[in-house]
Formats: sequence, structure tokens, C-alpha cells
Amino acid sequence: MDSLTIIAVVSIITSGITIGFGAIGPAFAEGRAVANALTALAQQPDASATITRTLFVGLAMIESTAIYCFVVTMILLFSNPFWNYFIAQSGN
Amino acid sequence: MQLSPDEIVYWQLGALKLNATILFTWCLMLIFFISAKLLERSLTQSDKRTRLQNALEIIVLGIEKQISSVGLPYPRQYIGFLGTLFLFIALANLLTIFPGYEPPTGSLSTTFSLALCVFIAVPYYGIKQRGLKDYLASYTKPTIIMLPFNIIGEISRTFALAVRLFGNIMSGTMIIGIMLVIAPFVFPVVMTALGLLTGMVQAYIFFILASVYIAAATSVSDTHMHKNSPLIKPSKEK
Repeated sequence: MDSLTIIAVVSIITSGITIGFGAIGPAFAEGRAVANALTALAQQPDASATITRTLFVGLAMIESTAIYCFVVTMILLFSNPFWNYFIAQSGN
Repeated sequence: MQLSPDEIVYWQLGALKLNATILFTWCLMLIFFISAKLLERSLTQSDKRTRLQNALEIIVLGIEKQISSVGLPYPRQYIGFLGTLFLFIALANLLTIFPGYEPPTGSLSTTFSLALCVFIAVPYYGIKQRGLKDYLASYTKPTIIMLPFNIIGEISRTFALAVRLFGNIMSGTMIIGIMLVIAPFVFPVVMTALGLLTGMVQAYIFFILASVYIAAATSVSDTHMHKNSPLIKPSKEK
């Protein structure tokens, strides 16, 4: 295998693993957050505005870890710097 | 497939590029400028207010309420910075309902410059409120060992702010693009609606996090939280 093929194979496999693990962690975390928020809502429905607002902010912050993994995956798949470097090398 | 609107170049002269990010940022600035000019004309202090002024007051007071709920007393001195952040990001994300529009917040350069503004504003307000010595001493709390970690935290949260906004908006555009290939009939509409929600939530989060960072930098140890704090700091001479 030449270096371009190796880079392509490694990038594709790594991006799959990255998005997979990046989905697992936030999924558990968001599940816990929503479950606790539902408990809190059931116990004190009066504070629902505050709880919902804090929940949304918290969820988005948890989700941003998944988004970081997504950004890395997209970079690996669509604008891979190593791939572009070797393409430029082989062009010369 | 392009990752960001930076790659759409409309006009180029040597190193000068006019890409979609710059163009749509200019459009947003123009919208804000024109609407501010139009609204300014109809502002009045009397009881007979126009509808536009009422709408504007709702927005301004809502933002001020959010800022003071984070723990910043006298929110009116921060609204120029924080309110502009919120309105800019919210409008940039909401205008995606127009076809052909590329959100400038989907480019890492825009989000990073916004995060850099927050990075500079935090020590600015901190020094302004507490004085240089007191502010710098806050980096060595609780002990001097925490000094490098506090500095690293300051930098990494700036990166996190930038990448969070960029990733969310970029993923929204990307998902719609992929959906158009797989199921081009109804699903892109649903995903666009979801994108509007995410855009609004992300604008709110960027604004709230910036307020939290400023509140952490300006908080003096003897803060007493009162619920209905005055909007403007009372002047010292009485």
C-alpha cells in the first residue's frame, strides 16, 4: 500500500471510531441530566422555568463535547491536512 | 463538500478575498445599522410609544434580566457588549430560513473572533471593577499552585466557546446538505426547523457563558445578591 491509501484507510476508520465514542459519552450524560431534571420538575413544578432554562444550557454544553468529536470527524473526512499534503507531494 | 462559507469566494484581488463570510457579515451589519437608524427616529420618552419602541424595550429589558440573573449587578453597563453578541449571533443563525444565505457563524474565523472579544472583555471588566492588583490576585486563588491552571482554563474556554458555536452551526448546515442527497422531500424542512432552534439556543448559550465569565471576573467577595437590582449604578454625588 502506498502512503495515500494508508492515510485514507486510517482516516476513515478513525473518524468512525471518533464519532462513535463521541456519541456514547454525551448520550449517557444527557440521559442523566434529563432524568434528574424530570425528577426535579416532578418535585417542584413551580420552578419549572428555571429548571428548563438551566437544563437547556446544560444540555447544549454537554452536547458540545459531541460536537467537538463531530468537527474532528468532518476535518478527517473532508479536509484532511495529511491527505492534502501527500496529494500536493505526489503532484510534484 | 465545503466545511465553511470561507471557501465560497465571490471576488478576489491578490491576497484580498471577498468570501461569503465577510459578505454576509456586512449584510448583518447593514441590517443592524439601518434598523437602529430607523428605530432611533421614533424613540420617545412620552407615554405615546410606537410599537417598534415597545418591541425594542422588551428585547433590551429581557437581555438585562438575563444578565442580572447570572449575578452581574447593574447590567446596563454590560449590555452594549453582551447584548450585541446575543443579537448578532441570533440574527446570523435565524436568517438561515432565507435560501442562499450562508450563516457567517458557520465559519471558524467569525466564531473565533467573537470568542476573542470575550477573551479581551473579561479582564477589561475585571480590572475596571476591581482594580489591576485585585484582579491579578484572583488568578492565584485558592493557592498560588493554581496559577498555571487558571491561565490554561482562561485560554481553553475561549477555544471551547469558538468551536462550540462553529460546530453546532456547521453541523446544522452539513446535516441539511446530507439530507438533501438522501431524502430530499420533507426531512430537510424538519432539519432546518431544528437548526433554527439550535441556532437560537447556541446564541443564548454564547451570551450566557460570556456573562458568566465576566461575572466571575468582576465578582467582589462581599457581593450581596438582591433580586431587583437597579439597572444603572447610582452616581456617587448626591
